[in-house]
Amino acid sequence: MKIKNILITFVSAIALLFSTSVVSFAKVVGDKIILGAAISLTGKYSSNGVHTQNGYNMAVDRINSMGGVKVGGKTYKFDIIYYDDESNPKRAAQLAERLISQDKVEFMLGPYSSGLTKAIAPVTEKYGVPMVEANGASRSLFTKGYKYLFAVLAPANLYLDVAIRTAVELNGGKGVRIAQAFEQDAFSQDVRLGILDAAKETGSEIIIDDKLPKELNDMAATLVKVKQMKPDVLVVSGHTKGALTAIRQISEMKVDVPMLAMTHCDAAKLSKQHGKNSQYALCASQWHKTLTYKDDFFKDGMTYAADFEKEFGYDPPYQSAESSAALLVFKDAFERANTFDQKKVRDALAATNMQTFYGNIKFAPGGQNVDKPMVLFQVMCDDAGKCENKVVAPLKWASAELIHPVPKWSER
Amino acid sequence: MDFLVFQYPMITIQACLDGLLLGILFALIAYGMALQWGVMNIINIAQGDLVILGGYIAYFMYLYGIHPAWGVIVSPIIMYFVGIAIYKLVINKVVDRDLFISILATFGISILFMQLMNFAFGADVVLANSGYGTTMLFDNNVVLPNSKIFSAFISILFAICLVVYMKRSKLGRAIRATAQNARAAKILGVDTEKVYAATFGINAALCGVAGALISITFTIHPYMGLPYTIRSFMIVIVAGLGNLPGVAMSGMGLGIFEEFADYILGTEFRIGSVFLLLVLILVYRRFKLSRKREYLK
Repeated sequence: MKIKNILITFVSAIALLFSTSVVSFAKVVGDKIILGAAISLTGKYSSNGVHTQNGYNMAVDRINSMGGVKVGGKTYKFDIIYYDDESNPKRAAQLAERLISQDKVEFMLGPYSSGLTKAIAPVTEKYGVPMVEANGASRSLFTKGYKYLFAVLAPANLYLDVAIRTAVELNGGKGVRIAQAFEQDAFSQDVRLGILDAAKETGSEIIIDDKLPKELNDMAATLVKVKQMKPDVLVVSGHTKGALTAIRQISEMKVDVPMLAMTHCDAAKLSKQHGKNSQYALCASQWHKTLTYKDDFFKDGMTYAADFEKEFGYDPPYQSAESSAALLVFKDAFERANTFDQKKVRDALAATNMQTFYGNIKFAPGGQNVDKPMVLFQVMCDDAGKCENKVVAPLKWASAELIHPVPKWSER
Repeated sequence: MDFLVFQYPMITIQACLDGLLLGILFALIAYGMALQWGVMNIINIAQGDLVILGGYIAYFMYLYGIHPAWGVIVSPIIMYFVGIAIYKLVINKVVDRDLFISILATFGISILFMQLMNFAFGADVVLANSGYGTTMLFDNNVVLPNSKIFSAFISILFAICLVVYMKRSKLGRAIRATAQNARAAKILGVDTEKVYAATFGINAALCGVAGALISITFTIHPYMGLPYTIRSFMIVIVAGLGNLPGVAMSGMGLGIFEEFADYILGTEFRIGSVFLLLVLILVYRRFKLSRKREYLK
C-alpha cells in the first residue's frame, strides 16, 4: 500500500509539473517579452548547453535590471522558456514546434551546436519566427536562404582561415605545406572547406587530409604520417575530444610541427587538462575577454568575464559570451522596430549594425555575422607551469606576439 | 586508399607495435566477456560502459591528486562491487533465460549507465595524465608512449593472475565447473548463484582495470563505451569461448588490424572496419557451420 501511495504522489507531482509548464504563453504577457529556447541540458552537448544557457540568463538579468526593452513608449522585460532537447536534433525540432504552436512563442533563441540549429531552423522558418542564434556556425545554415535566422557568430569556414594566412605571411608570402585532420561532422567539415579555400588562394599544398571518426580517441596514425612528412602547419578540428586527443598524442609521440592550429581549445579546458604540454597550440575562438569591443550593458570583455565569474563561478568560454550577445541583438531590434510584429522585427534584425562587448554585429543576407573576425589565441605557459590563452592574431587585437615556429620537443 | 604504411618500414613497425599494445588491452576486456559468456551464457552489451565507468574512477583519483596508475588497483575493487550489485538487481533475473533476453537486459543497463555517467560526471571529454613520457626506438623513428607500454604490461599481469586464480582457487574451480555443466555442478554442491555473482563481479573488475588504463592512454567520455563492447564481442567470436590463448591472439590481431585499417583506409574507417570484419567473420562462421551440417546429412 505504501508503495502505491508513493507512486500516486509521484505521478500527480509530475502531472502538476506538466500542467504548469503547458500554460499557454503569448509573445508578450503583461510587461514581459517571452523568448523560447531549446537547450541541451542533458546528453552529449550538456556542458556547452549549460554555457549557452548561462550566457542567455546573464544577459536577461542584465538587460532587465538596466531598464528593460522600450517598445511603443512602454518598458518590457525579457523572459525565456527553456526546454531540454537532450542533445538530440529530432527532439530539438519537436520542441521548437511545441514552443511555437503550444506556448505561442513568437521569438526564439538558438540551441547549442550547428547540428541542432540545423534541425530547428526549418521550423522557425516555416512559422516565420525570428530566431537569433549564437552557437550554430556551420556554413550550410547560411546558404539555404533562411529569412528568419540570424547568427551573431562568424561562420565555421572562417575559424582557422586566419591560421593559414598567418603561416603563409610568416613564410614570406610563399605557400605552406598543410596537414589536416577533421572529424566528420557538419561543423568540422565546414572548417575544412575554409582551409581548402585559404590553401587555394595562398598557393599552399595539402599533404595530409585525414578524417576522424565520431568516437575519436586515437589519432596516432595521422601523427605518425605528420612525423614522416614534416608539414609546416597541422590543423585539427574534432570538438573537445579532438583537441584533447591531439595534444595528448602530440606530446607523447613528440611530434614536432612549426604550427599547430585547433578549434575548441577553451571548451576542452586544454591548458587545465594538459598543462605545459598544450603550450604553443593555436586556437580559433569567436571571442576572447581581452578584446576591446564595448557596449552599454556589459561594458567590455574583461568586465563581462569578471561579472560572469562572480555569478557562475567560472571563466566564460566564448559560447557564453556569444549567447549573451544574442539578447543584446534582440533588444536592439525590438527597440528599432518599435513593435512586436514578427515581420517588422525580422526586418529590424536584418538591418542590425551595432557593437557589443562580444564584437561588431552586422548580418549578411544569409544571416551570418560578417562584421566580426575570428581571433586566434596561443596557449602560453610560464616556468611555473601556469598557462594562459593570449590573443596573437589578427594583429589589431593581439595582446602577445605569436611564437613561431613552435620549439622542438627536444629543446623544451 | 593510402599505402604509405608499407612504403616506410618504420611506419610498418610503428603500426605493428601500436596495434599490439592496444590489442593486449582489448584482449583483457574480451577475456572478461568470454568468461561471463562461457559461465552464464550472457553477452554483456554494457561491457564498454563498465570500462568507461572504471576509467572515471581513475580520473577522479587523478583529480584529487592521486596518481591515476593507482586506479588499476582501486578501480577493480570498486567495480567488483558494482558488478555484484548489477547481478543482484538485474542479471540474476535473466541468467536462466535465453540469450536474447539477456542481450536486451544488458542493452538497457548500457543505456542507463551512459545517461547516469553523463548526469553525474558531465558530458566533457576527460583524461588522466600519467606523466610517463615516451620511449624512442630506431633512432627516434618509432615512438611508443610509456603509458601504452604500461597498460599492456598491467593487462598481461592481470590476465596471468586471473588464469592462476581460476586454476588454483576454490572459487575458480567452481566457476570452471559451472561453465562446463551448471546442473551437474549444482548437484555436486556448487552454489551456482554465488558463482554467477562472482563471475559478473570479476568481469566488472577486469573492465575497471581496462578503464583505468584507457583513461591514462586515451580519453574517456560517457558515450564512448560501445566501440569497446563491439571489439570484445568480435575478439570472443573469433577466439571462441574458454580459449584464453585464442582471446589473447585475436585481441592482438584485432589491434594490428585496426592500426593498418587506420593507415590504409583512413582514421574515419577505423571502427567501421572492425564492424565490417565482425560481419565477415559471422558470415564465414555460419558458412562453415552449414558445411558441417551437410556432412551430418
